[in-house]
Amino acid sequence: MLLSLIVFLPIIAGLVILAVPSSQKQIIRIVSLLAALAQGVLAVLIWRGYDPALPGITAGPGGSPLGSFQFVERVPWISLDLGGFGPLNIEYFLGVDGISVTMVILTALVSAIGVLSSWTIQKQVKGYFILYNLLASAMMGCFVALDFFLFYVFWEIMLLPMYFLIGIWGGPNREYAAIKFFLYTLFGSVFMLLVMIGLYFSVLDPVTGNHTFSLVAMATQSNYIKDAILGPDNVMWRYVAFIVLFIGFAIKVPMFPFHTWLPDAHVEAPTPISVILAGVLLKLGTYGMIRINFPLFPEVFQASMYVIGIFGAINIIYGALCALAQQDLKKMVAYSSISHMGYVLLGLSAGNSEGMVGALYQMFNHGTITAMLFLLVGVIYDRAHTRQIDKFGGLATYMPVYAAIVTVAWFASLGLPGLSGFISEALVFVGAFSSVTTRYIAMVSVLGIVFGAAYLLWSLQRMFLGKRKPDAAYDLEVGEDGHEHIHFHDWKGKIDLDGRELAMLVPLVLITIFLGIYPMPVLGMLTSSINKLVQVLSPVVMSQM
Amino acid sequence: MFELPSGAEIQGIIASLKASVGFFIPEIYLSVLFMLLIVIDLVAKGRKNNLLSITTLLGLAGSIIFIYQQHSLPAGELFFGMYVLDEFALFFKYFFVLSGILAVIVTMADEQFDREVKSMGEYYALIVAMVIGMIMMASSADLLMIFLSMELVSFTAYILTGYFKRNPRSSEAALKYLVYGAVSSGLMVYGFSLIFGLTAQTNLIKISAELATHGYDPLVMILSTLLVLAGFGYKIGAVPFHFWTPDVYEGAPTPITAYLSVASKAAGFAILMRFFYVAVPHGGLPYEDILGIDWLSLLILLSVASMIYGNVVALWQKNVKRLLAYSSIAHAGYLLLGIIVMDQFGTQATLFYLLSYFLMNFGAFYVVILISNKTGSENLDDYRGLGKRMPLAGAALTVFLVSLVGLPPTLGFIGKLMIFSALLVKGSLYIWLAFIGIMTSVISLYYYMLIPLNMYLRESKQPDEKSLNPGMGAQIIMALLMILTIYFGLFFTPLSDFAKYSSAMFGITLH
Repeated sequence: MLLSLIVFLPIIAGLVILAVPSSQKQIIRIVSLLAALAQGVLAVLIWRGYDPALPGITAGPGGSPLGSFQFVERVPWISLDLGGFGPLNIEYFLGVDGISVTMVILTALVSAIGVLSSWTIQKQVKGYFILYNLLASAMMGCFVALDFFLFYVFWEIMLLPMYFLIGIWGGPNREYAAIKFFLYTLFGSVFMLLVMIGLYFSVLDPVTGNHTFSLVAMATQSNYIKDAILGPDNVMWRYVAFIVLFIGFAIKVPMFPFHTWLPDAHVEAPTPISVILAGVLLKLGTYGMIRINFPLFPEVFQASMYVIGIFGAINIIYGALCALAQQDLKKMVAYSSISHMGYVLLGLSAGNSEGMVGALYQMFNHGTITAMLFLLVGVIYDRAHTRQIDKFGGLATYMPVYAAIVTVAWFASLGLPGLSGFISEALVFVGAFSSVTTRYIAMVSVLGIVFGAAYLLWSLQRMFLGKRKPDAAYDLEVGEDGHEHIHFHDWKGKIDLDGRELAMLVPLVLITIFLGIYPMPVLGMLTSSINKLVQVLSPVVMSQM
Repeated sequence: MFELPSGAEIQGIIASLKASVGFFIPEIYLSVLFMLLIVIDLVAKGRKNNLLSITTLLGLAGSIIFIYQQHSLPAGELFFGMYVLDEFALFFKYFFVLSGILAVIVTMADEQFDREVKSMGEYYALIVAMVIGMIMMASSADLLMIFLSMELVSFTAYILTGYFKRNPRSSEAALKYLVYGAVSSGLMVYGFSLIFGLTAQTNLIKISAELATHGYDPLVMILSTLLVLAGFGYKIGAVPFHFWTPDVYEGAPTPITAYLSVASKAAGFAILMRFFYVAVPHGGLPYEDILGIDWLSLLILLSVASMIYGNVVALWQKNVKRLLAYSSIAHAGYLLLGIIVMDQFGTQATLFYLLSYFLMNFGAFYVVILISNKTGSENLDDYRGLGKRMPLAGAALTVFLVSLVGLPPTLGFIGKLMIFSALLVKGSLYIWLAFIGIMTSVISLYYYMLIPLNMYLRESKQPDEKSLNPGMGAQIIMALLMILTIYFGLFFTPLSDFAKYSSAMFGITLH
């Protein structure tokens, strides 16, 4: 029940909001916040109840169809007869293993912070929170679904709320950004639909002998029918299926050259949606690769490791170089996301435990750190109504708390030791260096760290150090106490961070520091699952097929 | 020369007719309803009330009982092989009666009728006549019967399209419809005559047997199927027989547009499936020919052309009805995919897709009517800001459009899932068709989303932002259709089982 509850709580909150009159903005916000907090409590319960010794990934050692997944809920959902083919069975099948449990916790955390960040939304509050809650449910559903059909349904349900959230509450160019996002992601997912159908016809449930959508059954190669369309004999179609699935997920990551929707979407989206987008949605791309793409087609993964690695390296370096060239702070952060998701790809392509653990840990850390970065961009945009890096200067003097948190976030992003980003990037590089296929790719990718430091430090310097620029987006006034105070044109609130902003940022800062010093809470949950995954993907196992 | 039949033979014929009549009750009942409506119109003339529409509604609903009773009857041929009763025909009987009911409901909601015409007169009677015609189309088993029933449907459709006599667009639409319809029926009859020339039979099952035993000239065969396809293709609105659709859909009264786009199209599919599955089945028999193409290749061409053309041209439409017209061309392409598979699963998928198309297309047109009642316009630009002014209508239309794109959790997604499953279960043979299908559905997202884009993302040009209320009844029907679209998108087993049950066709030689 725990997983169903955590998935559907936001939708229930959305239904409650539907009944609240749209003038009661505060009630709507509070209902959403309560749902998000309850989701957080459930996430903590799942975290405490999770047994890190059980690996998950595939069926259990005794061929148990549930595998060693935890909190499993499995009920038949749809069963129908297809003329001339036989029954079609779809299950409501939820469960978590190490890979998904970390993402569940991240999603709960980021969703709750997103609600807080949405407090300043004034336009059509009711519609906003209904869509927001629908999005939160769908994201959570994707991470816990173990039936491909169910996964696909959640995956597609995310698109529509996201389209409207960017399209209605976004910036001036929002129509273009929203439809671009929608078309790109739909383009990726329709191919997933075909692969899903093909897999259904190719896989038999070892227990019932029926065709199945269960991802657990699909992850065991002996369950495939030899001459089916995606069976082991059909090498060509297995490659095609792997590639189209990979492109579908790569669009979400986003991987070069499918990344162009991301900067547009981020620049136009309101702050909370950017936070959700960067914090959770991008992870769905890499999560999909780990959950579906790689274990279902391990031999194709083996053959394409270096290609994935090269694309990872391109992402790292290209993203960093683009970030370096940006004038708009939000666009810079968006490109830094592309760069940092490249590390995830690089870690995955290494195919060994270190690299994969690093990739998963990087997913978690990128979620928290980028959420922080976008929140911080939002803070300054709320005040100055501009995000041009050149329009600031010397902010550290006038907004010390803000500057301090920015410094932590920026350094975490560039991978300073002692902060969480360092550990995941280090693990990724350890993994990539120790794999023969990706060693040289890793060497090139290290350049990305240098560029990363460059754009982050340079922007920090231009915005926070030095003196006010002549054309800055704020004025300085000499107060009664003789000190200079900063003044934004039509900002009535607190100049430095207010309570709500601190409530969003401080937990993230603490998590970043804590996980930088003691990463075991997250790594501990990952390791057994990753070891199992590496085993599933390794060529030795495949030869026993 | 003809020989007069003897008395005993006449007795035999009469006995056979009497026996067949028992299998023909829904059609007789509906014919009585048709005449009753004409009489009521004459008697109750001048009084402006809902007597006609309510009678039609109740009468059509009543026919469901008679159709339901036919489930217990054995499948077989009636009236000397002119007509059949089977599960496939029953499916379409329900389908057409329900779409007739929805057409009446939609008409009652449309305020344009109050402005354009003084009395509803024969309107409802014609709708019932069209229901009868379409039911006969789906049940015909003889070339003559196919032609007669198709003409019955066409003539009523011409009149209904031009029902707004004083509206030049409506009259223009009716005329265009008539001209195209006449040409394509002519071509179809020519095709029939060639088939008759080949086989000396008009009954579909006998044609099939004749072709199998005696062989035929492949060139004549491909020519005749192409000509026949002109007739059927016109009814289903597939490229290249689609030219009438945009103008007719735009000009006709909107309820008729909805009715034509769903029911008349489905009738075309019913007869197309019966003709090709029963009379000239593919495979198993020596049907290869010198040109290397057979009618299956023709259907594939039609399908691909419809999907691409309908979806691409829709991108530039500025009128919602026109946009939906092009979308209906595209959907004809998707439906043809299910027929191309040529097996029971494909038939099931096609029937299921028709059910989903029924719900979402009627839903979409219903909302379009409600909006045009309030704003007086069907232009995309006038949809600006409607999401705020008509919240339920906006949400419902968005759900229907999302369903038309084929995204979960709506019925349209399951329809696409079934069609693509039917293609993929054949292995790699039809994968390329599935690729075209999904690529074009990505394209379709763009133009379908233009409507929510205008409703939600853009502000209305007029300063007044007061909300518009389409009325309690309309809200309920709209909400019901919306909930059904989502409910059946999540729990579609009953619909799918019904479609499978209905895929049984009398005299079919597929396996």
